[in-house]
Amino acid sequence: MTTLTLTQAINAGLRKAMEDDPKVVLLGEDIGTLGGVFRVTDGLMKDFGSHRVIDTPLAESAIIGTAVGLAYRGFRPVCEIQFDGFIYPGFDQIVSQVAKLHMRTHGQVRMPLTIRVPFGGGIGSPEHHSESPEAYFVHTSGLRVISVSNPQDAYTMLRQAIASDDPVLFFEPKRRYHAKGEVDLEVDLSRAPSMGAARIVAAGTDVTLVTYGPLVTTALDAAKAAADEGISIEVIDLRSLSPVDYGPLEESVRRTGRLVVTHEASETLGLGAEIVAAITERCFNYLEAAPVRVTGFDIPYPPSKLEKHHLPDLDRMLDGVDRALGRPNSLSGLEG
Amino acid sequence: MLDATADPGTSPQLGLHQLIAADGAGVVDELLAPFVADVDDEQLLGLLSDMVVIRRIDFEATALQRQGQLALWPPMLGQEASQIGSVRALADDDFIFPTYRENGVAYCRGADLAGIMSTWRGSANTGWDPHEFNMATPQIIIGAQTLHATGYAMGLTMDGKESLAIAYLGDGATSQGDVHESMVFAASFQAPVVFFCQNNHWAISEPVGLQAHVPIAGRAPGYGIPSLRVDGNDVLAVLAATRWAATRARSGGGPSFIEAVTYRMGPHTTADDPTRYRGLTELEEWGAKDPIARLRIFLQSRGKLDADQEAAIEAKADAVAAELRAGCIGTPDPAPMSIFDNVYTSPHAILDRQRDHYERYLASFSGATAANTLVEGTRS
Repeated sequence: MTTLTLTQAINAGLRKAMEDDPKVVLLGEDIGTLGGVFRVTDGLMKDFGSHRVIDTPLAESAIIGTAVGLAYRGFRPVCEIQFDGFIYPGFDQIVSQVAKLHMRTHGQVRMPLTIRVPFGGGIGSPEHHSESPEAYFVHTSGLRVISVSNPQDAYTMLRQAIASDDPVLFFEPKRRYHAKGEVDLEVDLSRAPSMGAARIVAAGTDVTLVTYGPLVTTALDAAKAAADEGISIEVIDLRSLSPVDYGPLEESVRRTGRLVVTHEASETLGLGAEIVAAITERCFNYLEAAPVRVTGFDIPYPPSKLEKHHLPDLDRMLDGVDRALGRPNSLSGLEG
Repeated sequence: MLDATADPGTSPQLGLHQLIAADGAGVVDELLAPFVADVDDEQLLGLLSDMVVIRRIDFEATALQRQGQLALWPPMLGQEASQIGSVRALADDDFIFPTYRENGVAYCRGADLAGIMSTWRGSANTGWDPHEFNMATPQIIIGAQTLHATGYAMGLTMDGKESLAIAYLGDGATSQGDVHESMVFAASFQAPVVFFCQNNHWAISEPVGLQAHVPIAGRAPGYGIPSLRVDGNDVLAVLAATRWAATRARSGGGPSFIEAVTYRMGPHTTADDPTRYRGLTELEEWGAKDPIARLRIFLQSRGKLDADQEAAIEAKADAVAAELRAGCIGTPDPAPMSIFDNVYTSPHAILDRQRDHYERYLASFSGATAANTLVEGTRS
């Protein structure tokens, strides 16, 4: 085991994938000499050359669109979108081409793209640098969407994503980039948990708290704080956002009878909406209270001085837990 | 695979227009000269003062970022002549669509210093009213504003106005589809828009040679848009070039493109470390082409800049820096509940419900007044 930050783990995953498969190429803005604005690709151009680590002109549509062409040629492109809010010029290529080509061609053309996106807030950035656009892609059929929360998953799941013959949106929690963890660099991909599998990261009995990406750490902190008050929270890291691995969620909710879903993205039609609907359909007779969503508000991302009000934190999660448990909470006395 | 070493900045295909050389000597340029024939020594002093002041703004803001008062700052060091020469060529009713780096332009337009800083402090997404100053908010999405400028200019034509829109953009932006689409529209509709491209040679770590294998100004003619390459460190030449484009726009001549060849002497932003990707030689080479030094020498050599005038300019820069610092530090944090403001022009039931719930949530911590105070407490 090696102690790595999340960025170092992704870097190691990229390196291993490039060593294993000469068709893996990286495309992105500032990913070469600079090593990316977050240094995720540090040293890779030097070691693999500028023909495999490609500093692209500033055009996200072209980064995705040329990756489609490379995939037609049998390459396995890994695109870096510099910040979440910069992905939209590439959105058309992702939604209209990347997601649809396999079905359009009766399975004859595969699009094994991995699109890496640093996402989420909490780092004090200006506009367009702190967004959580994952729901747009979860809503788009033909894409797999995953989000990692720790260095080991980042290393393993990135390699699985690159190996996948389906296109994968790979969301990296940028405010956790410097979080350290133990990483098994010799992990056997065929034996490791699938990138599609959800994981119970803290066992509990009273309420199921579901999240992904940057808020997994916050949810674990909330579970610890709640334990001091005698409340047992089970925390589930979704890992895969499309498809959601409902098995562990259903099993957990059947035990706890209570569900809270939390994410930074806005509430309306976010992951929480889908998960609450699906669990209600599947576990209706086991629910002892209405499921609760604790999310960012339905607002454009606010100026960074106010982002802590938009982002669910430990206290807002626990307030949501109190609502699910019928304990006194900020909405006590309100109907619905 | 990609040849990023080609420097279109030195390509001979399009001549570089200049009125004051790097050493401060006057240059004859028959195309540009008529557009600045009226510029007297007093106006030249004004341009010098503007450049000194915005450089001081830049230094002060960089210092404030280092001190934690600003979250981020995008320095304009080295690009003062491009910003000042262009904005001083415009009329008050010409509409400006800037990038995030045109903070010197915003100052010249009259935007409040504390307001300009509020974006970089993280207090607001914009620090001025676009309609009050005829200047849009700082654009962070690369190249997006060129379409806005083109559309605004199309509107001017529809309204029969003899005015123009100007889009500021950088060399990196010229790779974006939006920029190319805006040039297509501008040409198709003969919109009175000026594309003012500051080729500062670097898009974060990427040299201009990665974006373009011909001089950037050479692209516009392909769309049917006349263009000029001008020394972006020569404030008089930039003023003249922008007047050339503005005259075309106001007289029904349609769009123009200006490539102002300059250099980003500082980092992309205060979060950037340019030592990772560029050498000192280049920095020294461009340091010798400094826009302020050359105008100073030009004026001194004509006996038009004395110690008293220098002192007056410095005093003004000092005052502006002090005002900036006080205004920035004095900017109060916005109220928490303001995150719900202005999402829509009229009530929105779901958002109103979220606002109500969050107000109750804040109040649950410390009583009824909590909604307008920052809540830091955790109960763990």
